[in-house]
Amino acid sequence: MDFTLLAPLALPLLLAALSMPHRLASVTRFAPIAASIIVLTSGVLLIIATEHDQVPTAFGGVLRADSLSAYMLAVIGAVGLVSVWGGLRAVPTEHNRFPGGYDSLLCVFLAAMSLAVLADNIGVIWASVEATTIATAFLVGHQRTRKSLEAAWKYVILGSVGVAIALLGIVLIYAASLSAGEPTLSWLSLTHNTLPLDPALVRAGGALAVLGFATKAGLAPMHSWLPDAHSQAPAPVSGLMSGVLLSVALYAILRIQAIVDPIIGPDFLRIMLAVGALLSLAVAAALLIKQRDYKRMLAYSSIEHMGIMTLGAAVGSAAIPAVLLYILGHGLVKAVLFVLSGRILTAEGTSAIADVRGLLQRRPGLAVPWLVAMAAILGFPPFSIFFSIVAIILAGWAAGMGIAVGIALFLVLVIFSALARTTVTMTLGSPKLAPTDSGSADLRPADLNGTVHPDRSAHGPRLPLLLALATAAVIAFLTEPIGTILIHAAAVLGGTH
Amino acid sequence: MITNNYPQIIGLCAGILLLTSLLMVWRHSLLASIGLLAIQGAGLAALVAVIGAQTDDAELLLAAALVFAIKGVALPRILARQTGATTRTIDESPHLNPTASLLLVAGLTILSYAILGPILVHLDTVTAHAAPIGLAMVLIGFLLLVTRRRAGSQLIGFLVLDNGIATVIFLTSGGVPLFLELAISLDVFLVVVILYVFAGRMRTKFGGTDVDTLRELHD
Repeated sequence: MDFTLLAPLALPLLLAALSMPHRLASVTRFAPIAASIIVLTSGVLLIIATEHDQVPTAFGGVLRADSLSAYMLAVIGAVGLVSVWGGLRAVPTEHNRFPGGYDSLLCVFLAAMSLAVLADNIGVIWASVEATTIATAFLVGHQRTRKSLEAAWKYVILGSVGVAIALLGIVLIYAASLSAGEPTLSWLSLTHNTLPLDPALVRAGGALAVLGFATKAGLAPMHSWLPDAHSQAPAPVSGLMSGVLLSVALYAILRIQAIVDPIIGPDFLRIMLAVGALLSLAVAAALLIKQRDYKRMLAYSSIEHMGIMTLGAAVGSAAIPAVLLYILGHGLVKAVLFVLSGRILTAEGTSAIADVRGLLQRRPGLAVPWLVAMAAILGFPPFSIFFSIVAIILAGWAAGMGIAVGIALFLVLVIFSALARTTVTMTLGSPKLAPTDSGSADLRPADLNGTVHPDRSAHGPRLPLLLALATAAVIAFLTEPIGTILIHAAAVLGGTH
Repeated sequence: MITNNYPQIIGLCAGILLLTSLLMVWRHSLLASIGLLAIQGAGLAALVAVIGAQTDDAELLLAAALVFAIKGVALPRILARQTGATTRTIDESPHLNPTASLLLVAGLTILSYAILGPILVHLDTVTAHAAPIGLAMVLIGFLLLVTRRRAGSQLIGFLVLDNGIATVIFLTSGGVPLFLELAISLDVFLVVVILYVFAGRMRTKFGGTDVDTLRELHD
């Protein structure tokens, strides 16, 4: 029994229970931050343990932290910290019947994701992925507008139906292990004991499980809930959902892939994942070209990045370290972007790209971090996303997937130009001058001559954004320890650890 | 008695499950569908209990009690409370007419036998032969989800789908470990409660639960 395994599950739940009554609101609004710090600390401690060749387990092996689990836990903690700390001021709670519910559900959400990556049992992974849908349902519908209600309804229906399909797949894998003489859902037993699993059952089960988790990972053609949910949720929730929840679903796909591939060969899931990846990229490209809403733009950008990561998963073991680095880099940068989008929305009162112009001139406090983070998400070096994409494309080329990689590269360039154009419009474009002709009231302070003072305020804590962007900029260069950790984590899926 | 007639009893329970799903597609009244859902839950519990009695598995008998409590009693009651209060007179007007949907159900049932039959040949047990019924229920649940317009009917579709998955679980592998069964049931229960709350909010915001009115978000 290892305390570092239980802490990221039990302590956030405790914090969730404490923040339910709203009397201590001034204190409990820090509960999600505390929960993220706990998850991050446990993740780092577990990484240290796994680097010393220990594999902590608890509850008879149901919880188990190998290198991959430990790494994912640290990512959840880091991205969670950026999102909830950066979004500390973002949520007004006066009009709500359960004001403590917001902080409480964020803690439950973090605990559910932690359980998903720490569980060794694919049934428990399923149950905790479903629990993330439950925890985030009310967070997506938090604003209580018609739009957020619509987004929440679609999210819960599509999310739970998709994940239900994954359960069907997991059940078929369980039936295969039952007929092989050892009924088990333990990932370790399924991958390491060389059970004589029935290939037909494993093929059907693996396909359904991957399809189900792909819904949750936002891959096309099951992506339609994602732009709605991510654009309507409060900024910190969007940051968490885009930044890590999608990656947790991808993590589940990677675990399923490690069970299925040794039984039926890698080609079956490789084709399935590559098709999903290219479709996602195509959908993202098509809808980003004429995107008019910057929160939806960020959501489609998440579909794009999940697409490239999935392409990496399709390539297989050569690309997995790059995919894992991608998960961290994308998570941090996307969390920053969603937090900033929340601040821009509060400051400007609109989420339409056309109405937010000349931000660099008017609100440099928001525009500068936005520009830097957009550069990172577009794939400029030194940010780690650049290196991940290059590594995935090279690995795909070497693995003989030249056509898929070529199409992906073309679509990535289309998306690059679309996002670059939008960013330029928002930050550099000439600001609308007279507030009267835009229709929306402009609250910028102006002196008697009508000259506008630029707003240098960051509209919230600067430090988490700075830390996240700095981390995303340097991680790709840290061969020691990051490179070693990534290689060990990727080795788990190859079955050598 | 159970041992002698085991295949027949399994067949009977599976038949009840398929029949109730079929009737849900046919009937358009929400209250009737909820009644059928309760019967289906009870049928599923009976199926689990029979398998448990046959294999002398105490965990399965516990699971049967759990299934009955949640799928047979609690969920239908929650749905009925909401529906009974507001929409007693309003019937569903689905996108498909009854004849077409019944034909589709027949097609889906044949399809699921065609799909699962070859996959399950190695599981040569009495229960595995009935497992395609579970897949048919999953597909019928999908059909309900895409052709129905009211939030309540979509919820019923989701529950039929979920009952179908539970049927596949019990028929192919005699149930998953109990703690997992508990977690799965709790998840489904919470999802239904959440959708129920959202349907209530929808009624106050949109003045109805027609899901087709959810058209504001698009590109």
